Amino acid sequence: MSLIVKTVTRLTVGLIVLFGIYIVLHGHLSPGGGFAGGVIIALAFVHFMLAFGKDAALSKISRNLASNLESLGALMFLAIALAGFLGGSFFLNILSKGAPFKLFSAGTIPLSNAAISLKVGVGLLAIFLALVILEKSGKEE
Amino acid sequence: MSGSGIIPWFVIIPLFSAFLISLAGRYVKKVFVKTFSALSVFTLMLLSFYAVHILRASASPALVYKIGGWMPPFGIAMAMDGLTNFMLVTVNLVAFFISVYSFSYMERYTDKPKFFTLFFLMLCGMNGLIVTADLFNLFVFLEIASIASYALVAFGTEAEELEASFKYAIMGSVASSFIFLGIAFLYGYTSTLNMADIARVLVEKPGAGVVPFAAVLFLMGFGLKAALVPFHAWLPDAHPSAPASISAMLSGVLIKTLGVYAMVRVFYNILGITAAYSHVLMFLGALSMVTAVILALSQWDLKRLLAYHSISQIGYIILGFGLATPLGILGGLFHLFNHSVFKSLLFLNSGAIDYSCNTRDLKEMGGLREKMPVTANTNLIASMSIAGIPPFNGFFSKLIIILACIEKGYTGYALAAVLASVLTLASFMKVQKFAFWGQLKEKYKNIKEAPLAMRFSMIALAVICCLGGLLLLPQLKFFLNDAVSAVREGTNYATIILRQAAK
Amino acid sequence: MTLYLLCLVLFCAGLYGVLRKRNLVKIIVGLAIIEYSINLFFVLLGYRFEGRAPIDASDQNILNMVDPLPQALVLTSIVIGLGITALLISMAIRIYEKYGTFDITKIKRLKG
Repeated sequence: MSLIVKTVTRLTVGLIVLFGIYIVLHGHLSPGGGFAGGVIIALAFVHFMLAFGKDAALSKISRNLASNLESLGALMFLAIALAGFLGGSFFLNILSKGAPFKLFSAGTIPLSNAAISLKVGVGLLAIFLALVILEKSGKEE
Repeated sequence: MSGSGIIPWFVIIPLFSAFLISLAGRYVKKVFVKTFSALSVFTLMLLSFYAVHILRASASPALVYKIGGWMPPFGIAMAMDGLTNFMLVTVNLVAFFISVYSFSYMERYTDKPKFFTLFFLMLCGMNGLIVTADLFNLFVFLEIASIASYALVAFGTEAEELEASFKYAIMGSVASSFIFLGIAFLYGYTSTLNMADIARVLVEKPGAGVVPFAAVLFLMGFGLKAALVPFHAWLPDAHPSAPASISAMLSGVLIKTLGVYAMVRVFYNILGITAAYSHVLMFLGALSMVTAVILALSQWDLKRLLAYHSISQIGYIILGFGLATPLGILGGLFHLFNHSVFKSLLFLNSGAIDYSCNTRDLKEMGGLREKMPVTANTNLIASMSIAGIPPFNGFFSKLIIILACIEKGYTGYALAAVLASVLTLASFMKVQKFAFWGQLKEKYKNIKEAPLAMRFSMIALAVICCLGGLLLLPQLKFFLNDAVSAVREGTNYATIILRQAAK
Repeated sequence: MTLYLLCLVLFCAGLYGVLRKRNLVKIIVGLAIIEYSINLFFVLLGYRFEGRAPIDASDQNILNMVDPLPQALVLTSIVIGLGITALLISMAIRIYEKYGTFDITKIKRLKG
């Protein structure tokens, strides 16, 4: 990729990740939440890979790490759901639910959003990595 | 835990196992992965038996668990009545034996942790679909189980497996979108998604054109998942291409949970069965029975022949449900349980033959009886069950369906059922002759019997085949009777569930 | 009413793609069109007359919102569609490696 693309990518990747984190954290106040925020964070890495090539991106996050982070995200979500059993029912919202429309309110919903964004983002990235690596190395998994 | 608190664990345990195996499976020894997954499925099987006991001890027709404490219809509920217990026992029992079988069988394939992850995701999807009481939640679990099965069919990544899995995935996705369209129409008409609430609203305002249209969409969608005859074209390619334990899971429990159970829930408990739906279901069932067994007569690939027979036996089950009489529903449910057991056993046998001889072609085999006695005898028991020979379990369920047809006056359908049964017997006599009797070929002089884990599963399923008829004894008949009465409640399901949820 | 009919026309366009196109990738695109048309239909079902976007803020009246439930369900459905498309594309790439072509009239080893 040309120098212009590489320079602009270096400037914007951090901003895209920041925007994704903003959408995840404000999931209970404005549209977005876990899915959309996770996809935006994954797209930041894809942007990086498109500009700098496969090897530079693989040095930041390898396939094994992506697979482990994805399972970790799912287990975190399941742990938050199981924590509801402490309050009496599966998936119950057990943390204090503060004042409405503030950032730190709505109990376990922001934590669930964070776990889902981890899973969806890393999952999408793992799919992209699998497709890219698949293309170059033929029959090897 | 007691009462309805047991219900979410059917979804939590396989989901937790799937992701734990995915995370840790690469770093621990293989034997830990196998023991953990065996323990997990064994726990599920014991929980399903315990659930039957809980429902009987609670003396109410259903138990409802509200997720998060939210009242339905504002929240998602999980319900447990006779039909869900019946399906839970069927699914988890067969899944346990298949998972034990796949300990040895998957040695031939690479990447065992991924296999168990996908297996547990499929099991989580099936269990979740059975226990849920919310229509969109049913769709989400249906998609989880379907996507896991598309990936599992392509697990060996040979050329033919990928082609079969691609065809299966496209047709399955189109069917899922038909189901989603049906859910959208029902939501637009009743503005609620809880199954009990939809039933209550539909009783008060019966729809003029919307409800039959949604019913046809559901028939097309669930009919493709269940492999009824106009929608069966994916099954003869997908089931042979999967590894044998996955063929057994697909043919034994997946098409029944995603197809037959969901169709029965929607048509009996939500929409309310009428004469028109009943005639359509009976016609499709009879068409499946006869067409598939005629197509199966010319097959020389063992697993493809078994796949065609799956379509035929699903035709029996749908014929039983289509009759809408107590005897017909009893026959349909009993045949569902029996078919899970003996069809899984037949696929596990073909997997054992594949493991030892590396072939699925009937013309290549011969005289395997001397070298593989356990496989040969369990295959004999399963073949006699599927053909309907007393005293094995297939005989009783087929007899009940035929008697139910005659009782309601449809002698034509009863004759079609008998014809299909005779042709099934012919097919399996061919399998027995070419595979097990006759001369042993030169290249198979050194084959051995299947390993211990595979033999354990096959013998256990054969024992259940022999004893299956005992489920009709008066002491044990409560298991089937609870399920039959849950189906026959029809739209009364709504009042039961809403009353239980209000407690 | 015409909006709902247009959604179903889009569904039929996607179905035509799945049934009649010979290239594997075009079949996947047809399937994606089917899924998105149903998502659109479901969101349109939630429209209430003179409603506004269902976002709750501290100074807004909540009485004239459109129905937020279909929007939540369509989020889930979009992610399901993403999973299916990803799986199908990776299978299509593998099929190209094994068979050497994307043409479905030449990928016919299983028959009978």
